[in-house]
Amino acid sequence: MTTEVTGAGSASSPHPGPSGQAPDQRSRGGRRGDAEQVRRTRELSTGFIVSRIAVLGIVAALLIYALPPLIQTEAWTALVVVGVVTALVAYLYLTPRHIPAKYLVPGTIFLIAFAIVPIVLTFVTAFTNFGDGHRGTKEEAIRAIETSSVTQVPGSPEYYLTIAERDGEMVFLLVDPATKAVQAGTAAGLTPVDGAEVSLTGKVLTAAGYTVIPTAQAAERDAEIAAFSVPTPGGAVKATGLSRAFEGKADKSYDAACDCVTSPSGGRWVADEVEGYFVDAEGKHLDQGWKVDVGFANFTKALTDPTISGHFLNVLIWNFVFALSAVATTFALGMIVALALHSPRVRGTKFYRILLILPYAMPGFAMLLIWRDMFNTDFGLISKLFGVHDWLGTPTTARLGLIVINLWMGFPYMFLVITGALQAVPRELTDAARIDGASAWAGFRRVTLPLVLVALTPLLISSFGFNFNNFNNIKLVTNGGPYAIDNSTVGATDLLISYTYRVAGFDSGVADFGFAAAISVFIFAIVATVSTVAFWRSRAQEEVYS
Amino acid sequence: MIKWLRDVGWRYAVVLVVCAFALFPVVFVVSAAINPLGTLGSTGLIPEGASLKNFVDLLTGDHPFTKWFLNSVIIALISAFAGLLISVAAAYAFSRMRFRGRRVGLLSILLIQMFPQFLAIVAIFIVFTEVTELYPAFGFNKPWGLLVLYLGGALGVNTYLMKGYLDTVPKEIDESATMDGASHVQTFFRIILPLVGPVLAVTAMLSFIGTINEFLIANVFLRDTEAKTLAVGMYGMLTDKRDANFGMFAAATLLTAIPTVSLFLWLQKYIVSGLTAGAVKG
Repeated sequence: MTTEVTGAGSASSPHPGPSGQAPDQRSRGGRRGDAEQVRRTRELSTGFIVSRIAVLGIVAALLIYALPPLIQTEAWTALVVVGVVTALVAYLYLTPRHIPAKYLVPGTIFLIAFAIVPIVLTFVTAFTNFGDGHRGTKEEAIRAIETSSVTQVPGSPEYYLTIAERDGEMVFLLVDPATKAVQAGTAAGLTPVDGAEVSLTGKVLTAAGYTVIPTAQAAERDAEIAAFSVPTPGGAVKATGLSRAFEGKADKSYDAACDCVTSPSGGRWVADEVEGYFVDAEGKHLDQGWKVDVGFANFTKALTDPTISGHFLNVLIWNFVFALSAVATTFALGMIVALALHSPRVRGTKFYRILLILPYAMPGFAMLLIWRDMFNTDFGLISKLFGVHDWLGTPTTARLGLIVINLWMGFPYMFLVITGALQAVPRELTDAARIDGASAWAGFRRVTLPLVLVALTPLLISSFGFNFNNFNNIKLVTNGGPYAIDNSTVGATDLLISYTYRVAGFDSGVADFGFAAAISVFIFAIVATVSTVAFWRSRAQEEVYS
Repeated sequence: MIKWLRDVGWRYAVVLVVCAFALFPVVFVVSAAINPLGTLGSTGLIPEGASLKNFVDLLTGDHPFTKWFLNSVIIALISAFAGLLISVAAAYAFSRMRFRGRRVGLLSILLIQMFPQFLAIVAIFIVFTEVTELYPAFGFNKPWGLLVLYLGGALGVNTYLMKGYLDTVPKEIDESATMDGASHVQTFFRIILPLVGPVLAVTAMLSFIGTINEFLIANVFLRDTEAKTLAVGMYGMLTDKRDANFGMFAAATLLTAIPTVSLFLWLQKYIVSGLTAGAVKG
């Protein structure tokens, strides 16, 4: 199969190329040639013309929808990408050539846009310090530092403030107390407003193009209002409460000459391009930093930082135990029931089958929460039936509980799949085994099981991959717990993925997206390696790719 | 009698035990849903009374349950249908045509779908923050954005399942159609699609269930109460008041189960053949 790899990636390109159709077609070349001829003569049929007009119409509609926002925001790269992709797609469906691509391109476009691009972005993010405090570029950090340092100094101009909206964006309508001139302040700066109606108290009542937000509603957005600032030369306009605003002076300012931030009181913070912070002489940094490349730092942190790597191994082991036992238990139970029902002498198989797949048809997320509450110590059903015990609060029972819950959710799928596989095992084989004197068990062990396993290996591997990252089960049932008293970052039932989710601060705390992305890459590497090895070892590979 | 026990009797015993295991949580949900007290503590396997109070509370209460229900069903239906079309088209190409990069294409699909979309949630968030700015209709709090995102996973296991199934359909059938002058489009829509009905039904059902259950991405995407899907909305319902809302939550679970369970019953005769015919052939 190595010889075929030379064509890497061409399946996902819209152009396999005319020569690309050649290699495997020789055996059927004659028939294809005829088909080609037939199609050529059909080219001007009604269907042909209608479908081509439809293609052009859809392309035009897409462009009309997609292009204006890109032009408006001057996103030229995106514009070129959209333009080229649309042109290629239009060409593809207008020409009678490249038939395989016609069928592959719709899925491929979605795959690239919403699966591959996020994966690539994740890999890129893993090498940065992107996260809280390091969200944007250096320029954005400087602007944030300057505007957040704005303070009211004696003599700062004051305004009457009215909160308004335009196109869904918040706007400050500012009225000069002396001249009653009205200005609109946005994140971009100040612009004069003509013909606004101003009340005696200085509130703007109406202004063309702006929607005034009533005070009661504005009060609900006070956090947003407090954070809003309108940049002005040498400072910014900020709100004090809901009806006053002032134009303050920036305390800190950026000096390009020394690449540092200075304040009149003598503070001096020098840009550190490695850390992505402005740092003063004592090593303290300002809150706002920017995104920088950190190389492999996130990866080495996972392996060497004692607060993290100490648990990494334990989590990894439990992760493997969970994924393997999830596959093994669901497969075993599915197999047992499928075998039990696999007999012409059992009546009502249809009825039993419906009952057995019910867990699979119930909404999974809701049933996980129901299970969590069935395991509840004080009120739960399990405590009522098997005695009161802190089921999910003790590591061993919590782990067993999760495997049982997963068994309940997962065995119906295995049951269905195995039922199908059993039906496909030729009866002659099992009959032959029996005639040769094999016991029922030996017949199953030596004939049926191997055949079923070969057929189901791909599904078992994907089941392993799914359970290795079974975030829902852990998150909704135990949320990783129980936790040791002295450690609240990692619980006894945490999988790598739920552990990452917490350490990376998605739940609360400081978000460290770069580190989270690095762990995602780790998880991907582990699952990909295990699956590849499994595929390699099973002959399923031959079966699937032939 | 002993022979009957050994040959058939054990089968019934096994099936009954497993059925009990499969059903008791479902019985518990039903019991909780009709329990008039509606709390977790008062719920057992056998309900102490029966009333529709929880259902009434659910439909008339503060939570816009019907809206969530509609959101979920619409997103799941469209994404199942569109995903199916995309996926079966690709499977058709992989099964029937020979082109350069075919093996690599199949392998890459397998490899890419090992990287769950959730792992890339940070990247997805970044991408869609931009998208929300440019095209609000496909951004956060809108079903269309979630929908196209779900379609990113359309080429995956399902494509394999369908390719395997298509491989079992004799090539002579569509070749004779070609000989009779059918174009590849006609062959695809008129010959192939009707032949693979069972696998289409099953894949659509699996994808429908998967979408209804999807929680994490939807949770990041849908913040407005009105825009939420069932999974996101109901999760919030139980985190609000865990004990008191339990009866309502159980009622909501039963209502959520209606579309999926009825799909299951409707497609039941196709399920086994559709789910495994592809797998067995490989």
